Amino acid sequence: MDYLDHLEAEAIYILREVAGQFENPALLFSGGKDSITLVHLAKKAFRPGKFPFPLVHIDTGHNFPETIQFRDWLIEQTGEKLIVGSVQDSIDQGKVIEQKGKNASRNPLQTVTLLDTIERHGFDACIGGARRDEEKARAKERIFSVRDEFGQWDPKRQRPELWSIFNGKIHKGENVRVFPISNWTELDVWNYIKREKIALPSIYFSHERDVVWRNGQWMAADPCLNLDEEDIIEHKSVRFRTVGDMTCTAAVSSVATELDDIIAEIKASTVSERGARMDDKVSEAAMEERKKQGYF
Amino acid sequence: MRSAYSVLRFLRYAILTTQYAILRKMNILKFITAGSVDDGKSTLIGRLLYDTNSILDDQLEAIQKANRKNDDGTVDLAILTDGLKAEREQGITIDVAYKYFQTEKRKFIIADAPGHIQYTRNMVTGASNSDLIIILIDARKGVIEQTKRHSFIAKLLSLKQVLVCVNKMDMVDYEQAVFENIKTDYLQLAQKLELQHVDFIPVSALKGDNIVEESSRMPWYNGPTILEYLENIDFQDDNRSTWRFPVQWVIRPQTAELPDYRGYAGRVLGEGLKVGEEVLILPSGVKSSIKSIELDQKEFPYAENGQSVILHLADDVDISRGDFIVSAAKPTHLERSFEANISWFENKPLDTNQVYLLQNQTKTTKIKVPKILFKYDVNTQERTYDEEIRLNDIGRILVKAAEEIVFDLNRDFPENARAIIIDPRNNLTVGALTVEELV
Repeated sequence: MDYLDHLEAEAIYILREVAGQFENPALLFSGGKDSITLVHLAKKAFRPGKFPFPLVHIDTGHNFPETIQFRDWLIEQTGEKLIVGSVQDSIDQGKVIEQKGKNASRNPLQTVTLLDTIERHGFDACIGGARRDEEKARAKERIFSVRDEFGQWDPKRQRPELWSIFNGKIHKGENVRVFPISNWTELDVWNYIKREKIALPSIYFSHERDVVWRNGQWMAADPCLNLDEEDIIEHKSVRFRTVGDMTCTAAVSSVATELDDIIAEIKASTVSERGARMDDKVSEAAMEERKKQGYF
Repeated sequence: MRSAYSVLRFLRYAILTTQYAILRKMNILKFITAGSVDDGKSTLIGRLLYDTNSILDDQLEAIQKANRKNDDGTVDLAILTDGLKAEREQGITIDVAYKYFQTEKRKFIIADAPGHIQYTRNMVTGASNSDLIIILIDARKGVIEQTKRHSFIAKLLSLKQVLVCVNKMDMVDYEQAVFENIKTDYLQLAQKLELQHVDFIPVSALKGDNIVEESSRMPWYNGPTILEYLENIDFQDDNRSTWRFPVQWVIRPQTAELPDYRGYAGRVLGEGLKVGEEVLILPSGVKSSIKSIELDQKEFPYAENGQSVILHLADDVDISRGDFIVSAAKPTHLERSFEANISWFENKPLDTNQVYLLQNQTKTTKIKVPKILFKYDVNTQERTYDEEIRLNDIGRILVKAAEEIVFDLNRDFPENARAIIIDPRNNLTVGALTVEELV
């Protein structure tokens, strides 16, 4: 087995542990390459059977249209069940208040919608595509990460996690976040996508798009960015290295149209993947704080 | 002179490589470094990451923004690995951080673990998933209590290789005698602990000697740098001549096209699983044979160690999660009691009257621990007799289970001798054990 086979076998093992240990699990699907990889791994874990969990998408309402199209295509193609939790619904119900101003983002609001969706459906385990190489707080998280009934992560009270024996025992109301690709790096994911010929949303590849320069980064010029006369819209050849909400995901200038180009770009890159995420730049402990609140 | 050393170094290197004879191609190496900030552990990891270009600009920028400097003015690389606010505030490592880097030869996963006794359970977590441990010894201090404790844990968790790095050689004028004395001391400890595979490298993490680049300041040393060593080391799994297959999940689509499909999903432990082999289902004891091995909806004649596959049996038998499929020629033990080494993680001591849950592979069983046989003094490795096993203690216990448990002994097949202990009152993982003896 080479290293990708090893990572794949580990991820499949973890997905099957979720199936075996929990009553009502779910797979958190963002439409990004990591969760698309998870869906591919789930096929390897459970086919010819169906997935023992639905896909859950927390839709901020500010997603790239290409991501939503891709999501619906993938559901159609796999025949699996999709549950959508809508941030707009949370806003309409008064559970969260939308930020105002130019740099407003629905990204922080989605934690509330996520926790609400988990509670409403009674999910006891949520599989996510987070990786330990992404960020230093994530580097500390267990593969089975217990969240209390408020969805909170307590980094000082993590359960010891030995060998590949995962303790999924929880009390009612608690849930476990499970990260099958914890040990993968960004490059591993791309190499795997290439090897397995996994389809991706088109925005990962270089394309022409209207963009606007905000806080030192190129952002997709969409009305959800609250554009005004100060914003100068330019037409550029760009691609997205991570895919989140349009308000917090920056584009990179790129002419990479093939997977090989992307892999070469990442190898040569001197900026990390989350360097293009505005949500991580708030403070040194931004991710840790969000995880404590119940973020992925 | 220099070229003569290079030749010597190459020879030593060639010997090292042949010694481990590329027995099995292993493309991921998982290793643990344990210690506290003062040992230079974080500096060593920082140096490995930095010198292999694994730290990117925005991460360096974040480090510079945090403005933490060492006494000599160089950037403090510890901040790369101390991912929690509490750790950065206190300047200590509390929990394991996983770090990744890659060279042309191999992908590396580092478990960067705390060294302090208070966080032993977190170190054990990191060590349990590692093949190799790097033990850092301060050249000025030599073998200390912490060195002994970490070596003992490496032994208990059956790590395959120990790499002793005698660090801060710059503080002792790169003296060979200092290195040799420490090596002699450590070999005594290794002998006492029966650690089989130990190697030594003199380094200065701060100055970068023998980490990635070879040092010109220790011409007396002809071995590999740490990175060369890690890139080339390979292990022989000599203990396992058979395989085990704990069933995780039964795949039964029950559709019109596949009304009778029944596949047993799981991950292979050990070597030799192949189509046609006679098998035993445990604990039921029913016999059958392997009809086919499926992976990604394709069939294969055999399965390797660590592969996640689906097995199909020749007979229609009743198997569910928690059952084991094993080679009929070399079955496991099936017993209700055994002796085990235990590592305890909770403030509340092990209670000999309490019912706990034992989770081994995919099976969970109620157990009691009626007797504590002895404890180990983790600093001296001597046996002591004590009535209680408390937080961070390691000891030998007798386990009695509510049902028969499928297991191997640690010395025969370590991957199937492992279990965690869960307290059913709070669901916490309170201990970990390895099965050592039959009773």
